[in-house]
Amino acid sequence: MNSINLLLGVEFWVATIRIATPLMFGTLGELLCERAGVLNLGIEGIMTMGAFVGWAAVYQGADLWIGVLLAAIAGMVFGLLHSLFTVYLGLSQHVSGIGITLLAANLAYFFYRVLLPQVNTPPKITPFQPFAIPLLSQIPFLGKAVFTQTPLTYAAFILVAIAAYLLYRTPIGLAIRMVGENPSAAEAQGINIYSIRTLAVVIGSAFMAIAGAFLTLSAFDSFFVNLINGRGWICIALVIFASWQPFKALLGALLFAGFDALQLRLQQKIGAAIPYQLFLMLPYIFSIIALSVMARRAGYPKALMVPFRKGER
Amino acid sequence: MITNLSRRRFLLYGSATVGTSILLKACGTAPSPQPSPSAASPAATGAIKVAGVYTVPIEQQWVSRIHKALDAAKGRGDIEYVYSENVTNTDYERVLRQYAEAGNQLIVGEAFAVEKACRAVAKDYPKVAFLMGSSGKPDGKNFSVFDNYIHEPSYLTGMIAGGMTKSKIIGMVGGYPIPEVNRLMHAFMEGAREITPDVKFLVTFIGSWFDPPKAKEAAFAQIGAGADVMYAERFGVSDAAKEKKVLAIGNVIDTQKDYPDTVVASALWHMEPTIDRAIQAVKDGSFKAEDYGIYSYMKHKGSSLSPLGTFESKVPAELQQKVKKRQEEILAGTFTVKVNDMEPKSTA
Repeated sequence: MNSINLLLGVEFWVATIRIATPLMFGTLGELLCERAGVLNLGIEGIMTMGAFVGWAAVYQGADLWIGVLLAAIAGMVFGLLHSLFTVYLGLSQHVSGIGITLLAANLAYFFYRVLLPQVNTPPKITPFQPFAIPLLSQIPFLGKAVFTQTPLTYAAFILVAIAAYLLYRTPIGLAIRMVGENPSAAEAQGINIYSIRTLAVVIGSAFMAIAGAFLTLSAFDSFFVNLINGRGWICIALVIFASWQPFKALLGALLFAGFDALQLRLQQKIGAAIPYQLFLMLPYIFSIIALSVMARRAGYPKALMVPFRKGER
Repeated sequence: MITNLSRRRFLLYGSATVGTSILLKACGTAPSPQPSPSAASPAATGAIKVAGVYTVPIEQQWVSRIHKALDAAKGRGDIEYVYSENVTNTDYERVLRQYAEAGNQLIVGEAFAVEKACRAVAKDYPKVAFLMGSSGKPDGKNFSVFDNYIHEPSYLTGMIAGGMTKSKIIGMVGGYPIPEVNRLMHAFMEGAREITPDVKFLVTFIGSWFDPPKAKEAAFAQIGAGADVMYAERFGVSDAAKEKKVLAIGNVIDTQKDYPDTVVASALWHMEPTIDRAIQAVKDGSFKAEDYGIYSYMKHKGSSLSPLGTFESKVPAELQQKVKKRQEEILAGTFTVKVNDMEPKSTA
């Protein structure tokens, strides 16, 4: 009974969308990379770096949006590094990705310590404030749930739509999908596989960094080293759940976030009867079940994780 | 696809790999492996060599207290202080040994997840004094333990929370239900019940020490369920309380200056009595395996109730009187706050 009341509360949906936002950015970024045929396991580290750079910029006095921009640029740098290893050198995408995660996460920590060698509590910034969109936020229930978020959340929704449009309705989108499916055929069309893949990885990595920046500039207001806490890995799973389609990715992120918001509420209600660990597991159990159902029909990009070498057959 | 490595490429990659590994090795060396001359004769000159080994960054509430106390001792010139932070548990023993080898006389750290390894290291270096955060007992001749026994001020903050709640629902967000967290939560709950017997508690654990956004979400959920006073065991909880304009109670550190209209009071932990006692013991050569837990008690000034500060006029005088009376009783030893290490559960 209680849990049904929970789902009907606006507050629950506000929380769901707020929790989903970093997942939306991250999943979209990963999706772009993979659509071009490159698995990017650097996501966790790139998110950490994005969280740090965005926060540090604002802490040093930059505007919040400049912080987001700088985070995106930091993400691009690591995306470029990843594409150098995987696209140009054709090295193992797993190894390179994990290497980038370790490198970026630890570099973020290193720079943080250089910036703040002696602190007792991490300093705070003034984060993005919730911004109710006029008129739209007046819509009963839905308006309050969706249109009273922080600006980056709106940006995430818009980005999903833009990504979907770009992927399916524009030549560049076609090129990205093609290099992920059949690079040789794409090359025969005169498409430069290396450039397209690099472009996708770099843009995708920028999204990942913004996902991290959301956590320090919007969801919270200071930087912690282990702040990302596995959210990047969730995005990898969500891409498969989404079967590499942007709108399904949005759905997956919302579902996962919904379960997370729900477990936090269930835990405090019936936590006395059931161990809290079970509640914490809930979103992950959902992921596994959803994955095993959805993965059967998942149309993964055929050239995913296959390095392309010009002239090779 | 992997076969056509030319010799030149092979050499390039090969040298890059070797170069990187050498570089990594160079970066990985201990901060100060070479023992300075003064270390050769312990108990001789003024400053003793102390090393801190922490599994989390020094910003973490718990470790920040230890770090602060050691920094103060360093400032006084009592010790030379080096430390490593964010050491993973799997690497903990190695770092411990490295500092022991480097001639440190006192090593302060946290043994919680690596009890066996730490005790083994202590046995191997009988001349080094070990002072470790631990839920266990002291060991051998040189392995002393301490812990954040600040349940007494936690009880007092609980009384304040119990008096300040109007909805009679108090929210508590924790990392993991380990004894160090549980005993403070239980003391807090006891204190709240003393003032408002029918108060209800919402308890959430987020399964992480460092995920403020998640702690914040958990707090939002509790506030949504009617909690109007939050027990802020984690970073992030006070932020939610501030945003939703409810009250919060701090833990371990005083955060009122960041949340002047939110944090009513905090149970503070002071590591100075513990650290200073250990340093003195090492200096005069009397260090032995001991339980330093009691030096975190209020009687020894190891913990205290923070001043009400901005809430001085907002907390009812009658309640302040009651808290003050309890505090005196605790200090006089006529009132004992129970230590309960069991996992706290929601009662709502």
